[in-house]
Amino acid sequence: MAETAQMKVSDEVAISIQQMNKWYGSFHVLRDIDLTVYEGERIVICGPSGSGKSTLIRCINALEEHQKGSITVDGTLLSSDLKNIDKIRSEVGMCFQHFNLFPHLSILENLTLAPIWVRKTPKKEAEEVAMHYLEKVKIPDQANKYPGQLSGGQQQRVAIARSLCMKPRIMLFDEPTSALDPEMIKEVLDTMIELAEEGMTMLCVTHEMGFARQVANRVIFMDEGQIVEQNEPEEFFNNPQSPRTQLFLSQILGH
Amino acid sequence: MSDTHAQSVAFVRDTAIPPSPAPANAAGPVKWMRDNLFATWANALLTVAAIYVIFLVLSATLPWIFGGLWTTSSLAECREVLQGRSAACFSVLTDRWNQLLFGFKYPVDLYWRPTVAFVLLFVAAAPVLFFDLPRKLLIVTALYPFIAYYLIWGGTIWAPLFALAGFGVGYYVYSHLVHRSFAIGFFGGIAAAIIAWVVGSYLTGALASETPFLEAVPSRDMGGFMLNMMLGVTCVSLSLPIGIALALGRQSSMPLIKWICVVFIEFIRGVPLITLLFVANVMLAYFFPPGSGVDLFLRVVIMITMFSSAYIAEVIRGGLAALPKGQYEAADSLGLDYPQAMRLIILPQALKISIPGIVNIAVGLFKDTTLVSVISMFDLVGMIRGPILASTDWNGVYWELLGFAALLFFVVCYGISQYSQWLERRLATDHR
Repeated sequence: MAETAQMKVSDEVAISIQQMNKWYGSFHVLRDIDLTVYEGERIVICGPSGSGKSTLIRCINALEEHQKGSITVDGTLLSSDLKNIDKIRSEVGMCFQHFNLFPHLSILENLTLAPIWVRKTPKKEAEEVAMHYLEKVKIPDQANKYPGQLSGGQQQRVAIARSLCMKPRIMLFDEPTSALDPEMIKEVLDTMIELAEEGMTMLCVTHEMGFARQVANRVIFMDEGQIVEQNEPEEFFNNPQSPRTQLFLSQILGH
Repeated sequence: MSDTHAQSVAFVRDTAIPPSPAPANAAGPVKWMRDNLFATWANALLTVAAIYVIFLVLSATLPWIFGGLWTTSSLAECREVLQGRSAACFSVLTDRWNQLLFGFKYPVDLYWRPTVAFVLLFVAAAPVLFFDLPRKLLIVTALYPFIAYYLIWGGTIWAPLFALAGFGVGYYVYSHLVHRSFAIGFFGGIAAAIIAWVVGSYLTGALASETPFLEAVPSRDMGGFMLNMMLGVTCVSLSLPIGIALALGRQSSMPLIKWICVVFIEFIRGVPLITLLFVANVMLAYFFPPGSGVDLFLRVVIMITMFSSAYIAEVIRGGLAALPKGQYEAADSLGLDYPQAMRLIILPQALKISIPGIVNIAVGLFKDTTLVSVISMFDLVGMIRGPILASTDWNGVYWELLGFAALLFFVVCYGISQYSQWLERRLATDHR
């Protein structure tokens, strides 16, 4: 699927991060992050645990606050102004490692909640959109069940559909397959690949290197809160430059 | 081939064996008794002993209850009729029925007013308790406090109308300010409502007619079980929203709000309710302008509500803490603002977890309303200990009266408990 990776990327900037720094207390988690994401780009972020990759994408929709530098999403500067934060959050979809579906609401209600309350979409229309996305992730027959009745893979696909119902321009994935059984990983990755083929801008923290090879335009390797290396997947995997990257790749691809 | 099978012939069953009843020791009451009552010698011995104790208790109480008298006019007359036999003198209940329910000063010809308010309570509570009912019925619930106030206290109709208008003004201001920030809307709304009430109270004084449609009954004339119900229903329904606000306030990122809530909760929890009631009775009057004469009932409601809302806040805080952080993050990442996230995602789940704790406090609060009898309010217990037992007719009828009080409280509290269990089953969607 080499053509997927070469899909056209526009020059329009979706996310621009400049000299961004973050501390947890006195611990320096993210150091001088510079990153420009173009519209339609699909970026995979990898690195050892504790390297700050999750924190980085959680800063983009302000789930974590950064202390220095700037983040601009879709032309909106992320500041402590709640208005801007809510605006960015409604443009940026996010999928979590543990799905975080709302267990007290049915699948359909999970999907329609944000469109109805944030976008003020009429209920009927929101439900139609929701059913459309449920069909897209291939579980329309589960619409009236509750999250607790679904398998992990199904729940993650519902979570993806829930984000898509807000018609986001950017999707963030925070280790979407890490909590899944091996046979369920594929169904979630398939959904993400389909999304990538439609040209969605995606930032994905994952350890699925096969997915990175197949889908990403760019792979970013992070360690100790810094971007150590970034490159096109082919180059990144076959010809890593920094010794830290080489070590990491030899460890995760070694077996 | 072994010898046993050497003789065997092919076999095909062509008729089914009909099921036959199990022997007596494998099913039915005999088996149940063997398993549960006579499983071992020790169990059998305990069973026999327990049956004997139950027999002793029932043989004493059942004749006492069923041989009870209902129609005499005093305890002395009871004793005369019984002639040394041991039996209950329930006549006190029939004789003082209205006093037990309404107190001894509420005008007899106005009993219909609290009765109607009581019946309407069920209509008003239904849409809150059973959310499958149409949501439009909530209008009745919203109007009920004002209707019930007008029915029970009577007097000028302007008082409840202006009270209602105050809420309307508060909500109007809230809805116009909330888009700036939730805190501005919330406190702006409260301030506007208070201003509306102050203005309303002056206008009420000016507009009130000398002869109102419903005769005014002052709070000190209320009593009996009616008073317990009034205090219980008012305080529970006020302390739940206040408790939620306190619990959320304690989690607030704004230090001022957080510390106000923490200090309030910790202070109230550190003080016995009876102390607060004495404060309400004696000292609170000093805090209000002289001559304003804030009603004793209102003062007691404020104190009990403060007390129970502090406890409810802590129970709800437990529920909030039990929610995974991911629920907050998911709500945030979808772009829901704070009030939406709380109302749609966080509170429905936190409150569901808190149901047993909240019900615990509601039941306790309802029973604690009898404490007002120590500050000379004549609730059910106050009526029994005061006017009824002190009268020459019924001095000494303890069991019947206190048993009746216990029965009334048990019925209400057991009902609350059963409802909460139904609610927990109804809300179970997590399929654990």
